[in-house]
Amino acid sequence: METPLTAKIRPDGEMIDLAAYERAGGYQAARKAMRMAPAEITELVKKSTLRGRGGAGFPTGQKWSFVPLGPAAPRPKYLIANADEMEPGTFKDRVLLEGDPHELIEGMIVAARAIEAERGYIFLRGEYTDAAARLSRALAEASAKGYLGRNVFGSGADFDLRLHLSGGRYMCGEETGLLNALEGKRANPRAKPPFPQVSGLFGKPSIVQNVETLCNLPHILDKGADWFVKLGLTGDGGTKLYGASGKVKKPGCWELPMGTPLRELLERYAGGMRDGVRFRGVLPGGASTDFLTADHLDVPMDFTAVAKAGSRLGTGTMIVLDDKTCPVGMVHNLEHFFAQESCGWCTPCWSGLHWAEEILWAIESGRGTPADFDRLDHVTKMCGPGNTFCALAPGAVEPLQSALKYFREDFERHIREKRCPWRNGQ
Amino acid sequence: MLTPEEQREIEEEAAHFPLRRAASIDALRVVQKHRGWVSDDAVKDIAAFLDTSPDDIDSVATFYNLIFRKPVGRHVIMVCDSVSCWVMGYEGLRDRLKSRLGIEMGQTTSDGRFTLLPVVCLGACDRAPTMIVDGQLHANLDLETIDRILERYP
Ligand SMILES: Cc1cc2nc3c(=O)[nH]c(=O)nc-3n(C[C@H](O)[C@H](O)[C@H](O)COP(=O)(O)O)c2cc1C
Ligand code: SF4
Ligand code: FES
Repeated sequence: METPLTAKIRPDGEMIDLAAYERAGGYQAARKAMRMAPAEITELVKKSTLRGRGGAGFPTGQKWSFVPLGPAAPRPKYLIANADEMEPGTFKDRVLLEGDPHELIEGMIVAARAIEAERGYIFLRGEYTDAAARLSRALAEASAKGYLGRNVFGSGADFDLRLHLSGGRYMCGEETGLLNALEGKRANPRAKPPFPQVSGLFGKPSIVQNVETLCNLPHILDKGADWFVKLGLTGDGGTKLYGASGKVKKPGCWELPMGTPLRELLERYAGGMRDGVRFRGVLPGGASTDFLTADHLDVPMDFTAVAKAGSRLGTGTMIVLDDKTCPVGMVHNLEHFFAQESCGWCTPCWSGLHWAEEILWAIESGRGTPADFDRLDHVTKMCGPGNTFCALAPGAVEPLQSALKYFREDFERHIREKRCPWRNGQ
Repeated sequence: MLTPEEQREIEEEAAHFPLRRAASIDALRVVQKHRGWVSDDAVKDIAAFLDTSPDDIDSVATFYNLIFRKPVGRHVIMVCDSVSCWVMGYEGLRDRLKSRLGIEMGQTTSDGRFTLLPVVCLGACDRAPTMIVDGQLHANLDLETIDRILERYP
């Protein structure tokens, strides 16, 4: 089984430095990219079927094709790596950032070539202090060799790449919120159109791309689009960094073929449930995805199949719910997060999510009434797709609406018994 | 007043942006690194240095979880209260920290040693529950390890 994204990562947890990265074949793809025409790289990435790994799954090559090219294009153009990783339950980009920072830098050189960007930022969440130190070192190593800065690899093109540390807010990971954050403003989202590809950072054409997405690029350049497509078990190409947390025997993060079935992830890689607890459900791709249950264990974990099962692949990192954990309490915890992180720009979100949090807390502490079901349904509808400025609110109600569907009897029991059966001991 | 060192560090960031105010979060981080928190006077000084208004800087400062607009203790404990850590025992951990330190979340011990705050998912959910102390991650926490960790921060 091939694991291109993580193959170079050292088992001792230290970062791989420039010399070792190059000995393992690193920076050959960047050299190759500099000899290719930008449109040629975009075509290759389109053919590879690579889709964004940040949660939305948008086809990467297609996204680039909207960026104006050539001498008449506005300058400078920007390429930004989204390393904010604040989606609860998600810890996959950390693995790449800490283990192989040069892979990200090389991926960014490739992407910058494809869109003719001369400036780049790595937008890193402030809490990732180890990743920050390693990225700084890798950036210095690459600059000293002339792989970054002026005249990259003697191509005549410039690429100035800098690390930006964020101050900690989930909204900074949203593409247009991130652009505002980089401009030194609050991370409220921007209206689209204009799309960032045309008018992004400081009004210039910009591409924001997830860390894992970018790390795939050197390998696609090296080994080709067909190779990449065949890595996946289903239609969506490549490998995926999957993860699992919660009361499983071996929580962790694994690079596996895209489309690996949920059951295999949970039983073989995560080692099954801990002794004494049973599986009840799973958020398949981070906090803002719908629950799946035991009925869905044969679903292949790719964009298409998970969507068909009623959820989203999201970030591919799963949070497992067991039978000794209260589903109402878990969803309350999630809505507390989303209500707190709402940027306050639009009413259904800032108001609705706080209401959801309050109602869930009332149910959890024995003060719920049957009318609360209608109230919660109302919030999930108000916050659904199309009613809010950005995708935070629709994502926030995904675990809530699916919990109301799959764990309804647990909500009812809280209301009937006027207490949380889990908190008082079952 | 911003110290010459603070000014130099902020200028280094500001110089890379087409607009000076784009360095606002960098400036807040620099000041907090040197002083532990960001006072009203510091907000005004940063605003003047970046050619913008104090309100503008404060709107950014108050947006972020990692910028402190009130004084904090010598050590800042931030406990992850997000979903995987909650499943793995966040509430017990929080209660232990509160009773050990004799404070509520958001407070500072009377000797000024610790400030206790909640924080969102730290991206180490496979090692839950987690917390950071002075920027350093501590994972796989349980009620015993937590006492030993506190001793390391005099
Ligand atoms: C509230 C919110 C937070 C997000 N946080 C992140 C994040 O931390 N990292 C990320 O890559 N994408 C995040 N996204 C998705 C981005 O908006 C965007 O789709 C992504 O960075 C595009 O890159 P990709 O096409 O490579 O996935 C977030 C979206 C929303 C709505
Ligand atoms: S949906 Fe929420 S986070 Fe997004 S813009 Fe509206 S208030 Fe802000
Ligand atoms: S939920 Fe605590 S580290 Fe992710």
